[in-house]
Amino acid sequence: MSKRHVTTVVNGDQTEFLADPGMTLLDALRDELNLTGTKEGCGSGDCGACTVILDGRIVCSCLVLAPEAEGKRVETIEGLAHDGRLHALQQKFLEHAALQCGFCTPGFLMASKALLDANPDPTETEARYWLAGNLCRCTGYDKIIRAVLDAAAELRQARVA
Amino acid sequence: MSEVLDKPALKVVGTRPIRPDGADKVTGRAAFAADFTMPGQLVGKILRSPHAHARIVSIDTRKARALPGVKAVVVGKDFPDIASAFHEGGEAASNMRDLAMNVIARDKVLYEGHAVAAVAAISSARADEALALIEVTYEVLPHVIDVEAAMRPDAPVLHDHMFTEGLEAKPTKASNIVKRNRIARGDLAEGFAAADVIVERRYTTKAVHQGYIEPHACVAAWGADGQCQIWCSSQGAFMVQAYTAQVLAMENSNIRVTPAEIGGGFGGKTTIYIEPVALALSRQSGSPVKIVMTRDEVFRATGPTSGAVVEVKLGAKKDGTITAAEVEMKFQAGAFPGSPVGAASMTALACYDIPNLQITGWDVVSNMPKVAAYRAPGAPIAAFGVESAVDELARQLDIDPIDLRLKNGVRNGVKAAYGPTFANIGYLDTLAAVKDSAHYKTSLGPNQGRGVAAGFWFNIGGLSTAAVHVQEDGSVVVATGNPDIGGSRASMAMMAAETLGLPVEKVRPIVADTASIGFSMLTGGSRVTFATGMAVVTAAQTVVDNLKARAAKLWDVPVDQVAWRDGQAICLDAAKDVKPMTLATLAAQAGRTGGPISAESAINAQGAGPGFGVHVCDVEVDPETGHVTVLRYTAAQDVGKAIHPSYVEGQVQGGVAQGVGWALNEEYVFGPDGKMENSGFLDYRVPVASDLPMIDAILVETAPNPRHPYGAKGVGEVPIVPPLAAVANAVSQAIGVRMTHLPLSPPAIVAAIEKGQG
Amino acid sequence: MAHVVVNSECAAFTGGVTEFDIAADTVRRLVAELDARFPGLGEFVDRRMAVAIDGEIHQDAWLSPIGPDSEVYLIPKIGGG
Repeated sequence: MSKRHVTTVVNGDQTEFLADPGMTLLDALRDELNLTGTKEGCGSGDCGACTVILDGRIVCSCLVLAPEAEGKRVETIEGLAHDGRLHALQQKFLEHAALQCGFCTPGFLMASKALLDANPDPTETEARYWLAGNLCRCTGYDKIIRAVLDAAAELRQARVA
Repeated sequence: MSEVLDKPALKVVGTRPIRPDGADKVTGRAAFAADFTMPGQLVGKILRSPHAHARIVSIDTRKARALPGVKAVVVGKDFPDIASAFHEGGEAASNMRDLAMNVIARDKVLYEGHAVAAVAAISSARADEALALIEVTYEVLPHVIDVEAAMRPDAPVLHDHMFTEGLEAKPTKASNIVKRNRIARGDLAEGFAAADVIVERRYTTKAVHQGYIEPHACVAAWGADGQCQIWCSSQGAFMVQAYTAQVLAMENSNIRVTPAEIGGGFGGKTTIYIEPVALALSRQSGSPVKIVMTRDEVFRATGPTSGAVVEVKLGAKKDGTITAAEVEMKFQAGAFPGSPVGAASMTALACYDIPNLQITGWDVVSNMPKVAAYRAPGAPIAAFGVESAVDELARQLDIDPIDLRLKNGVRNGVKAAYGPTFANIGYLDTLAAVKDSAHYKTSLGPNQGRGVAAGFWFNIGGLSTAAVHVQEDGSVVVATGNPDIGGSRASMAMMAAETLGLPVEKVRPIVADTASIGFSMLTGGSRVTFATGMAVVTAAQTVVDNLKARAAKLWDVPVDQVAWRDGQAICLDAAKDVKPMTLATLAAQAGRTGGPISAESAINAQGAGPGFGVHVCDVEVDPETGHVTVLRYTAAQDVGKAIHPSYVEGQVQGGVAQGVGWALNEEYVFGPDGKMENSGFLDYRVPVASDLPMIDAILVETAPNPRHPYGAKGVGEVPIVPPLAAVANAVSQAIGVRMTHLPLSPPAIVAAIEKGQG
Repeated sequence: MAHVVVNSECAAFTGGVTEFDIAADTVRRLVAELDARFPGLGEFVDRRMAVAIDGEIHQDAWLSPIGPDSEVYLIPKIGGG
């Protein structure tokens, strides 16, 4: 079967690549576009390491076929910081030591961004359930949740200011 | 007491700076092994046995080789026959022959998932096609997995030449029992005779996986001159180098291993699986080869830890004095010898001062993947049994579980159950910290229960090399050979900064490859902050001495008239009217005052201090569904000195989470055909964010380790030891039934409530 | 004389004896002495055992000093995860 030409917008940039029909969006990002920040932890949508935002909605990119990105907007970890400045979430993850090995971190950051876009003032429980699709084996989630809630507070303040 | 501990207040050690590798990790720039690409790289894939136990009759790779785009195919016969020999490359000696046969099968496959052949092709799809074209004929043999089933005289035997060691009479018939070990002291019969109360129980645990989110991955490149490069996800580049060299019968120096960032290890990456295969494929094809395991492969073909049977008998007087303890444990080793039953035996009663004891351990092979180290290997399983029995003892005697442990707890000067006398331990302080905690003073509601448990781990020292280089502008690079699995780079920078008197931002820590730094034992055994930290401080101190000597020459004073404070050389001779000289100033003049300023320290660190943990866990059980909610969790640990408290807390919280998963949900489920049925994260259920509350970590620093310049003890492994029993004790209290089989999954709890027994 | 205690695995070489006094001022000399008394034990200890000297665990350390009244325990080498 011949490859399909896919045109999409990745982190704000018009992008195109060739994809085998069965190729996942995860493989396209990593292998065709060299955006290796998004990780594969399981390949079956169970760990969330491959989380990206597709047309404003978080998805496991290992469960999205690459051609499905045609005409859509994809946001990955590489686009989270702007103009050399870290997003509040990235900064809070660092301050709270919310990462140890860092492998799950891109997925958590994208999922957390989507959380705060949808709900700028989540409770601890809401944050935990929203992020239940992202596995971390190193931290026990404590510092991740603290970082997310602290980032939420900072972003709310910035909006008011 | 070390000199450093008596010095004035620390400026960097004990604070919480942002880790130096943090920005790359939160922006997706950090390079893990699967992120590497070399020009001309091929995709490597491995064909694995579909049978749990079988003889390989024949392998026909002709069709696979003929497929266009396939550049290499290897089978077991393409690898050298390794003599049975021990190698010190890991943490304890590993049998290289077993390792080589685990990397790729020769005559027999010993577990479902055992590697049989491998291909390298131009694409993933082509590699899959090639695997499907390899024809393997098997003679299927009966298999056995359960540890007690594997010990029976009529069990299928995995290795014809295995005769149990450690028995009084050497057996004449081969079996699956590798060896028996025994620790004993005092008089067991007398001890039990003196007891007023006896608790006797049998506990079981299932095999669980370390569960790192990053699958094993490597890129291997065989050079035209036989010099090779490997990038890999591993806890130890030198271990990868040594083991790969052994398996392929090569010289270590012909393999340069660069450790990539590692996405979790927990002991599971202290051995090798894919590197020799990738290198062999690279040699045959003439191109670099990348192999990345799928999650399914990780579960089926990389070491989980043992499932086990633990039998405990405790005797105590009415006042709570434990007079005797007997423990017998049977551990699954997987397909090749080497379960952690030895360490389990040594740690089982380590928290207790008991005069009469006997601990027996059995190491047993069976048809599942060879077990690998998992955070304090063996200790959590032993602690599950012992801490549950102690809990039952406390209830029968009506003594508070912490008071019972305080009464019988080890302290400085007491002989450990495994032999030597304890010094510089803080176990009793750790118990007290939990007893005094806000958590312990709260009361419980209906269907709720509270469990307490203690745990111990030795921690190790070992071989480490560190280099400290002063750059031209006075900033500093610290190079070590230890992959960073828990934030150790931050601690290395902090300890160097403290010694040099610099702000931590001026110190750049890196993890170097095997050709760029002297030998270092792998990252594991909770050794890096202790041993590699010692090397870093020693090297930094040598740099300081060097700087002082240069200042002395420039000022024309004897070197004992120069002090080093806050990153500056200070002249103590009042007669000389000179200003202090900063490190930057001295660095700029380095060339003219003798040359570059650099120091290396290569040590074998001894005297690592053991650690103790005490945990308390509150749960609520839904009696209808058996679902367990962890309401609150507090973990206190004897850490010596927390170099970076956030990362020490992180180790405690992470270990707790793994222990909770081990207690409540995780297990390898094998079908009647010997195949793992839950080889993915959907059905191999690890804790998620909504399963856990915040985890309170209390760091007890009353007993620093005088061997370490800042008093640090290893901390990474102790936290996983208490949770299994802490959770089980809590559930047992909540439902009024003693739970003795892990995991405590909802159906098991519902059944226990119905039957009135666990 | 250092007082040395060995475990059950070593006892296989010593005919069951687990405690003895040995004159040795380093781990290397201790291992040599053990091998002289119980052939094969030295190599076994070197390969598989760690040495606890007055409570402090030493692993792969021939030159570690042993005092004249030291308590020495031979325990299996410790790994980790």
